Amino acid sequence: MSEEISLMKGNEAIAHAAIRYGVDGYFGYPITPQSEIIETLMEAAPWKTTGMVVLQAESEVAAINMVYGGAACGKYAMTSSSSPGVSLKQEGISYMAGAELPCLIVNVQRGGPGLGTIQPSQADYFQTVKGGGHGDYKLITLAPNSVQEMADFVALGFDLAFKYRNPAMILTDGMIGQMMEKVRLPAFRPRRTDDEVRAQCPWATLGKTPDREPNIITSLELDSALMEKNNERFQAKYRLVEENEVLYQEVKCGDADYLLVAFGSAARICLKTIEMARDEGIRVGLLRPITLWPFPDKILHRYADKVKGILTVELNAGQMVEDVRLAVNGKIPVEHYGRLGGIVPTPDSVLDALKEKVVK
Amino acid sequence: MNASDIVSPENLVYIKPELMNDNHMHYCPGCSHGVVHKVVAEVIKELGLQEKTIGIAPVGCAVFAYKYLDIDWQEAAHGRAPALATAVKRLLPDRMVFTYQGDGDLAAIGTAETIHAANRGENITIIFINNGIYGMTGGQMAPTTLGNMVTSTSPDGRDVQTMGGPLKILDMLALLDGVCLATRVSVHTAAAVKKTRRMIKLAFENSMAGKGTSIVEVVSTCNAGWKMTPAAANDWMVENMFPVFPIGDLKNI
Repeated sequence: MSEEISLMKGNEAIAHAAIRYGVDGYFGYPITPQSEIIETLMEAAPWKTTGMVVLQAESEVAAINMVYGGAACGKYAMTSSSSPGVSLKQEGISYMAGAELPCLIVNVQRGGPGLGTIQPSQADYFQTVKGGGHGDYKLITLAPNSVQEMADFVALGFDLAFKYRNPAMILTDGMIGQMMEKVRLPAFRPRRTDDEVRAQCPWATLGKTPDREPNIITSLELDSALMEKNNERFQAKYRLVEENEVLYQEVKCGDADYLLVAFGSAARICLKTIEMARDEGIRVGLLRPITLWPFPDKILHRYADKVKGILTVELNAGQMVEDVRLAVNGKIPVEHYGRLGGIVPTPDSVLDALKEKVVK
Repeated sequence: MNASDIVSPENLVYIKPELMNDNHMHYCPGCSHGVVHKVVAEVIKELGLQEKTIGIAPVGCAVFAYKYLDIDWQEAAHGRAPALATAVKRLLPDRMVFTYQGDGDLAAIGTAETIHAANRGENITIIFINNGIYGMTGGQMAPTTLGNMVTSTSPDGRDVQTMGGPLKILDMLALLDGVCLATRVSVHTAAAVKKTRRMIKLAFENSMAGKGTSIVEVVSTCNAGWKMTPAAANDWMVENMFPVFPIGDLKNI
């Protein structure tokens, strides 16, 4: 049963994958284009089967703080939203990074700034990987490019979040969220018992037992000397994540003279562009960052010795391109092509941009 | 003769609650917080709930509440304590979950979280310290600041025409079906402390019995922020705060 193939939207896949992973609580507020996540959960009513709590909060602010409360109990807690709502969650994300709380946040991006549009966008890249909230922190960021990865990254996100006691985000967009594809949902896992949570998360606030000191979850430390130590501990953890958790995909990079670098839905479009370019005799490959933080800068640095130029393709005005430029450090030209405000580029417009900006 | 020879159950008049540790409190002398902390510690012990209690601390003067009571604590962002408490109680329904919040935290920046947690009838207790001023940040105007009251952000007194009047948020909360207890108490006399202990105990019992949201508003003094002696602050509270925030049950079902 668990191996059956289903046809569903990316948003629905996230909801089903969450139930099957054994998530303890989902807290969210409706916003297009991701409302199917909470709707699918409410329809599935997992509180009757796995015991998972699903709660519609009064705001995105409340929802992320409910996630804080759940995560502080060692529970698998998650929320989802879209760009304007994720802006509201930044306070909570910063607090969770500061309190070292693991959780999963899904951002099904739409065009901004402001209320913007409900069409797909990747304009929250900076917000996600460069901070968003206040303070020196990092958010583990996964960028799925298919409905299958929407399902798979629920488990990956929680696994990484709990491995490092840090929030993780699935950064996707309205295209991946809304499109229907076939998907193999993961097998059902039972939710953890209280004892299992205690064993996995000795820091969790489950009620003080006589065998230990009180567990206190806080991001506050007024002694600057101690607060600096806390920050140094966070930074050491971030270096560990950067060392061990980088994920990317290479498509036809072996003989490539030029590289497209794109993530998520933009990477899907680039797959077609590669075919079209190769039909014209231009050897192009695609490097798709799967983790946006940690960013695959080492592999990009190596490609700087192999290819003549790079074009990043993004549904924004040029955000990831800055990280690609840092990775290749001036060795080769790195250009950007993007569409804005919810417009999705076509494969041939990407090819035109490649020829115009990079292939010379 | 040592202390243990003198202290016997029949002549014991005071004992430090077992759940209170020896950390130095940062509260100003004369402040109501210390008394309320003690009462909370006593009631948790009396009900045998130490292993089941999760406290949610606010932002404000009680931000360090977690340093003084030996229970598990979560420190919330400003105003968000009821959201945290909602998730904790939903995910751990057999635990006793309470928030401890000041007037700015609960009735200004956290109004939405407070109202909606109460409207959902979350089985939590909210202990609400109302001293009509922002103590931690140095005496600015609170939502519950009285009309004409001087604070550092209302130096000519709170002008209710332009700044609004003192927000009676407990009255608003009492209207909600999810609320089973909305009561106003104080801790300025021994008798008042006893009453407060009874109401906090009832609130915790309500939470464990799944009766809905219990809110205990403690009308409190901030003698430092009010720039008075502790004794004068108590008198000022009785004369000025009590007429606006009358002591007693607004709802108790």
